[in-house]
Amino acid sequence: MAATSKPKLSKNLMRMKFMQRGLDAETKKQLEEEEKKIISEEHWYLDLPELKEKESFIIEEQSFMLCEDLLYGRMSFRGFNPEIEKLMVQMNAKHKEEEVEDVTMEADVSDEEMARRYESLVGTIGKKFAKKRDRAQYDEDENGNIKPVKAKKMFLKPQE
Amino acid sequence: TQDPALRGQSGPGSGPRLARTMLGQVVLPGEELLLPESAGPNAEGSAEQMLRLGSIVRPRARVVCGPGLRRCGDRLLVTKCGRLRHKEPGGGGGGGVYWVDSQQKRYVPVKGDHVIGIVTAKSGDLFKVDVGGSEPASLSYLAFEGATKRNRPNVQVGDLIYGQFVVANKDMEPEMVCIDSNGRANGMGVIGQDGLLFKVTLGLIRKLLAPECEIIQEIGKLYPLEIVFGMNGRIWVKARTIQQTLILANVLEACEHMTTEQRKQIFSRLSES
Repeated sequence: MAATSKPKLSKNLMRMKFMQRGLDAETKKQLEEEEKKIISEEHWYLDLPELKEKESFIIEEQSFMLCEDLLYGRMSFRGFNPEIEKLMVQMNAKHKEEEVEDVTMEADVSDEEMARRYESLVGTIGKKFAKKRDRAQYDEDENGNIKPVKAKKMFLKPQE
Repeated sequence: TQDPALRGQSGPGSGPRLARTMLGQVVLPGEELLLPESAGPNAEGSAEQMLRLGSIVRPRARVVCGPGLRRCGDRLLVTKCGRLRHKEPGGGGGGGVYWVDSQQKRYVPVKGDHVIGIVTAKSGDLFKVDVGGSEPASLSYLAFEGATKRNRPNVQVGDLIYGQFVVANKDMEPEMVCIDSNGRANGMGVIGQDGLLFKVTLGLIRKLLAPECEIIQEIGKLYPLEIVFGMNGRIWVKARTIQQTLILANVLEACEHMTTEQRKQIFSRLSES
């Protein structure tokens, strides 16, 4: 190669992109290493022992609320401020909620009622999406529930 | 060297002690407490046990160090004097919350605390609120329920605010809001007209707010009234008449250092009149 026989080209020139095409593997590696060394020398670092940050299982928390399960700070008694009294029940119930929760869940809406509601809901929503022409097919029964009425289509024999 | 069982009883300055042995006892600032989970060679006498600790036990139980304590490596450093308290976690099995039950009058803002503040200035879109800390807290006018840029809340200088800290640390100005994370007021905001505001110690506030506090239950039976407790040691009370309001304030202030009998006596006398 030209570089070996002729007077050497400077390193900086050799490092340029277009000069690297003609280089063989060894000189390439050498150049790369030198470059790395320069970069690492340029890096600053603090002359300190390595900080070992272990995973900590201690969490800092400066609030007493978490420690002592304190109540909500607004209170009203004997109907002085009904709004606050309602709020008190709601905010202070949070502690006890876990135990009571499943009981209240049942009391809300029973499965049977849910099923009954959905039964009529099919008709109500169906009516909404039905065209005007088809709307007559939905009629209301005595409970006000809407149910689709399907007119049976069948072949009618022409009479003589 | 020293029997580990004795360490719990020895006086301060004799090196770190196990937190478990100190429960309910007085701790002083500067003391170090060892957690049983992370106990080093000092706590466990024999090297044999130390080895076992190193190899097997790396507990996943999280320890929360509450007010009055600071994390210091895998130990707890006491920063306030008072009694050491502990609460087991819900699931059990190690960990839990440690804190120091201390008496003080000076309030240091803590994130999440509900406090009573006094609006001292209105500047642009911020209110300055005095909460009794080292510096006034800032409160944005947008941090009220239903407030928009167009629709400003009606807050005047001198109003009392019941709010919550969202930013509170030693390096920054504390910031308050009067809404929760869902944008609901939940009782926060400007506290109504009249009433009486007074200051008590921070310990008394916690005592009164504790669940099943007898004082509050007895007070609630007296006559119709409304109370607001701020974690910064401020109490606002209001009853139907000024006289009743004053009685309330005096009883609340006095009940800190009363025995149960004394208190019962006073309440029975009050309910007669």
